[in-house]
Amino acid sequence: MSLQVENLTVYYQTLRGDVQSLEQASFKLADGEIMGLAGESGCGKTTLGNSLIYLAPPMKYIEGRVSLDGEELPIWDLARMNVYRYKKISLIPQYAMNAMNPTRKIGKMLSELLRSRKISYVDLLPEIKHRLDIVKLSQDVLNMYPIELSGGMKQRMVMVLSTLLDPSLLIADEITSALDVSTQKSVAEMIVKFRDCGCMKSVIFITHDVSILYQIADSILIMYAGQLAEKASTNVIINSPLHPYTKLLISSLPKVGVKYSEDKLSGIPGTPPLLLDPPEGCRFRERCPLAFEKCLQAPPFIEVENGHFVACWKETPA
Amino acid sequence: MITLDSVSKTYKVGTFGGKELHAVSNVSFDVQNGEVVSLIGESGSGKSTIGKMILRLISITSGKILFNGKDIASLKNHALKEYYRQVQGVFQDPFSSYNPIFKADRVFSIIHDEFYPDISSQDWKQKIEKSLTVVGLNPDIVLNKFPHQLSGGQLQRFLIARALLLNIQFLVADEIISMLDASTRIDVLNLLADLKSRGLSILFITHDLSLSYYISERAIILYRGCVVEMGATEKIFYQSLHPYTKMLMASVPRLDMKWRKRVEQQIDRSTQPGGCVYFDRCTAAEKSEHCAKHNPPLVQVDVDHYVACFGYKKED
Repeated sequence: MSLQVENLTVYYQTLRGDVQSLEQASFKLADGEIMGLAGESGCGKTTLGNSLIYLAPPMKYIEGRVSLDGEELPIWDLARMNVYRYKKISLIPQYAMNAMNPTRKIGKMLSELLRSRKISYVDLLPEIKHRLDIVKLSQDVLNMYPIELSGGMKQRMVMVLSTLLDPSLLIADEITSALDVSTQKSVAEMIVKFRDCGCMKSVIFITHDVSILYQIADSILIMYAGQLAEKASTNVIINSPLHPYTKLLISSLPKVGVKYSEDKLSGIPGTPPLLLDPPEGCRFRERCPLAFEKCLQAPPFIEVENGHFVACWKETPA
Repeated sequence: MITLDSVSKTYKVGTFGGKELHAVSNVSFDVQNGEVVSLIGESGSGKSTIGKMILRLISITSGKILFNGKDIASLKNHALKEYYRQVQGVFQDPFSSYNPIFKADRVFSIIHDEFYPDISSQDWKQKIEKSLTVVGLNPDIVLNKFPHQLSGGQLQRFLIARALLLNIQFLVADEIISMLDASTRIDVLNLLADLKSRGLSILFITHDLSLSYYISERAIILYRGCVVEMGATEKIFYQSLHPYTKMLMASVPRLDMKWRKRVEQQIDRSTQPGGCVYFDRCTAAEKSEHCAKHNPPLVQVDVDHYVACFGYKKED
C-alpha cells in the first residue's frame, strides 16, 4: 500500500472564517496505481493534492493522518516535510508550463535544483538523458531556455524534472488542461509510460476532464464540495456509478457522435454550496434528485463492493 | 452572412521585424444565416486570429471579409457601430473580460450609453432582465455583484446576455466553453443551440471535437493557418480524409473507446516554403516528394466536403 490517507481535513483561513475545503478524506492508493481525481472547480481537488506535499498558509491542517510506504508524513510541519519533498513525493503543479526559471538554461536550472538536494548533476546526467528519450525530447533542450520550447514540450520537461528522483508518489495537477487534443494525448500517455518504467510508484492525476481519466487511470476518485463522493476502478465509475453526482456528471459529458438536434444533454441544475459555511450533511443534497430526510446527516464514505467506495445514504446498507 | 475570401494575416517577427509569420493564409469560407460553423485547430493554428479579424480587432493583411455583401474593412464611424450592433464576440477567459474594480453590470450600462441612449433606464432594466433570463440566470441573484462574486459560468453567460442586448445576427464564440466545468458546460452549449434556432449564426472556435460535433452543422479544420479539411460535420467526423483530421479524431479522449497505441511523431515546427503545411508530421503512406514541394489546393471531393491533400486526389 503506497499511500494511505485517513480523515484528512484541511481548511483555508480567511478573514471571514474558515473555508472548509477538504472534509474527512480517507482513501488508499496501491503501488503502481494511477488514480484520477475529478470534480468541479472549487471542489477541493487541488487542496487535497497540495496538502499532501506543501501545506502552507492560508491552508490550515485540522486533523488526519497520511502515510507513504508505511511511514507517517508530518504534513502539518513545513520544515520536516522538506526531507520527503521531491525525493519521496513530488508535484507537477497547475500551470507547470510557467514553472521553469525563464532566466536560466534548463540544464543549469536542473543542476541548481539538484545541488539544493545535495545530488550531483553530472552523476545523474545519463539518467536525465534516458528520461528525455522516454518523453521524446532531444538532449539539446538542456542547453535551451524555457521560452524556446512549446507548451507540450515544457509540460514534458517539467514531468522529467519532477520525477527525476523516482518519487513514491507523483501528484499531477491539471497537467493536460491547457493543451490541445494531440499534445494532451501524448502527455497523458507519457505519464503511463513513466509509471511502467518505474520512475514513480503511484500517481494522483488531478483533472476536471473525466474522459482523459478513462484513457489512462486505473481508478477514479470523484469529489464534490470538499467531500469524497465515490472511488472505484475506472470502468465502474464510467459504466456503473452509484453516487447521484457521479451519474449526473458522467451523463452530462458530450461525446463524439451525440448531436444537439438528436440527443439533447442536460447539465446539473444548481450550483455547489459555498464552503465558508457549508450546509450540514451531504453537500450534494440541494442538487440531488434523490435526496431525503437522512441526507441531513453526512453519509459515511464506505466500501460497498470490493474497491468501490461511495458516500451516499441510498447505497449504504441499513 | 459572413464570407471570408482568401483572408491572410502576416505578423512581422524577429528583432527588427525582419521575419514573417503567416498566422492565417488564404482562408475562404462562409457562414450562412442560422448556421453554426466550428473552427477547429490546435493552439497556434490561427483560429482565434480569424475570429479577431472578423471582429475587426486586428487588421487583415490580404483578402476580404464580407458581411452581408459589404467589405468590413471599409466600415467607418457610424457604419462600424452598426456592424457591432450585429456582430459580437465572447472570449475564452470570462474573468479577464471584466474590470475587477467595477460591478459586473457595467458591461450592460456601457451598451446602454453607447448604443441605446434613447431608451429610458426603466425599459433598459427590463431589457437586461429579459436577456439574463434567456441565458438562464436569475437577475435578482446576479445583478449588482462584482466579478469575483460570480462564478466563471455565470460571467460567461453574462457576456452572452450582453451580446444579446444588441440585436446580433452573428456571434464569434472563441473557446467559450473550455474554462467551464463539465456540469455547466453543457448548459452554455444548449444555450447557444437555442439561440441558433432563433436565427443566430455562430462561429464556434474550439479545440474540443466532441463539443463541436454536438453543436455545429459544418466544421473547418485548420492547421498552421491553412484550411486542411472542411465540410458537413458528419463527413468530417466519420469520413475524414486528411491525415491531420484523422490524427485529431484518434486523439479525442472518449468514454466509449480507449486510445489506440500509436507511435507519436517528433513534432518539428520548422516551416518549409512551398510544400504542404502538414508534411513534417504526416504519417500517410501516400506521402511523397511531391508533397514537400507543392502545396495541395483545397478541392471538393463530395457534396459539402473539401480537403487539401494530394493523397486523396491520387485515389480517384
